[in-house]
Amino acid sequence: MQDEPTPHEILGSVITFLRDDVQPQLSGYSGFQMRVAINAIELVRRELAVTPAHRMELNAMLVALLAREGSTADLAAEFSRRIAERQIDPQGPAVERCLWALTDAKIEVDQPKYAGHLRAKAMRAAAK
Amino acid sequence: MSKVVGGKCARRFGGVARGRGNGNTTGKARLAGESMASEAIVLDEEGLSRTADRMLPSGGRLRGLRMLSGGASQETWFFELVEAGDGPVHRLVLRRAPGGCYQHATAAGLEVEAAVIRIVGRNGIPVPTVRYVLEHGDGIGRGFVTDHVDGETIARKILRDDAFARVRPTLPAAFGSLLARIHAVPKGELPQLRLTGAAATLNILRNEVRRLDMPRPVFEVAIRWLEDHMLDDREPALVHGDFRLGNLIIDGHGVAAVLDWELVHLGDPMEDIAWLCATPWRFGAVDKPVGGLGTREDLFASYEAAGGAIDRARLRWWDVSSALRWGVNCAAMVAQYRDGTDTSLERAMIARRASENEVDLMRLLYLGD
Repeated sequence: MQDEPTPHEILGSVITFLRDDVQPQLSGYSGFQMRVAINAIELVRRELAVTPAHRMELNAMLVALLAREGSTADLAAEFSRRIAERQIDPQGPAVERCLWALTDAKIEVDQPKYAGHLRAKAMRAAAK
Repeated sequence: MSKVVGGKCARRFGGVARGRGNGNTTGKARLAGESMASEAIVLDEEGLSRTADRMLPSGGRLRGLRMLSGGASQETWFFELVEAGDGPVHRLVLRRAPGGCYQHATAAGLEVEAAVIRIVGRNGIPVPTVRYVLEHGDGIGRGFVTDHVDGETIARKILRDDAFARVRPTLPAAFGSLLARIHAVPKGELPQLRLTGAAATLNILRNEVRRLDMPRPVFEVAIRWLEDHMLDDREPALVHGDFRLGNLIIDGHGVAAVLDWELVHLGDPMEDIAWLCATPWRFGAVDKPVGGLGTREDLFASYEAAGGAIDRARLRWWDVSSALRWGVNCAAMVAQYRDGTDTSLERAMIARRASENEVDLMRLLYLGD
């Protein structure tokens, strides 16, 4: 148990410092690289913010689908293998739900504002 | 012996600038699947100078040599040749294999690329005039020299700068007629090119997906869809292989030149159409399928008016394979980042964009687009 503030909060301060104090002083190549670095820290910060409950939810979904226990990484590998070996039908509603859940979990950390993701969310909301 | 150092490959990854720009400010990745070295890139200026009279009948004094971009698959250098007695100045570009000799497995090869550029140029496609193809005896690697073409290649600028406001609405139709003309180039005139249709493409993608360390169920679903909807063989046509913003020089009038013929091959013309419309090449403007510029209808109409034939069923297969192709390229960067091929932050961040392609594939496979 560490003292506070949390890594999430500390990285927030790092991002503010880089964006507001450092970035304006840079241009060209360094400016571009600083933008990439800020994006990278933001990504890590989002990943740190994923709750244990959400991780459990993904694991439970895979456990239910594959009818076996395991780590999420192992289960995802098993899920991939069964799709490739045609033991699982990708058109099954539970399979589709699981694919969306895995995909959403990744993009929400990597690039939550990705235009293709926003479009997918809007299309799925409209279909409901 | 004077040598010009162009910068480090890894640092320049993603920098695609010709005409203007310093070659390192765009965040959009080059099509990857390409390896790269991290050593400083060096070009022997005297060696290049010695070939001057083969580039131009008049020859000339070389000056202003600088690197425009050190792409993962090719280096691009700019220089000028000044004719004797401070005569006319010729602005030229050298495209060279990285480090002088590296070539990716799917690349046509620089000598073949130069030959194709000359042939498509004779068939009315705007391309830079090829002045000279490097020979082994020149001792400066593999590559070729073309005239420099003014204009912009950086997608972000073409899509947003006021200077292109007037030309932007005309581009989807311009792309359509250009692609129709590329696909109609008589095969009898072409050098021997790799033949990569749907079946060969699927084999490449399947092998690449299975080589990835991370399990990727979405990629596996895409592979299955491609297997279940496999296309029959058709008479192959000339396919550019990487026709999109970034590889086109745009000026105030339209497409000034089609560049980057390194992935040229024989195959299904619908591959080029789908690749141009792939989500990553919309540069954030997802509701404008043609390069973030306009509608498929404009593209299709001009393609057909110029003699091409759009086959929507085949196009859909190539839509899915295009999304998977880009996704596999991003995902494969994890290994390149870890094995030291390219340890740059940029490379790491592009690797994390594989999830974007999974979203694109999910949209294509389950929501239609």
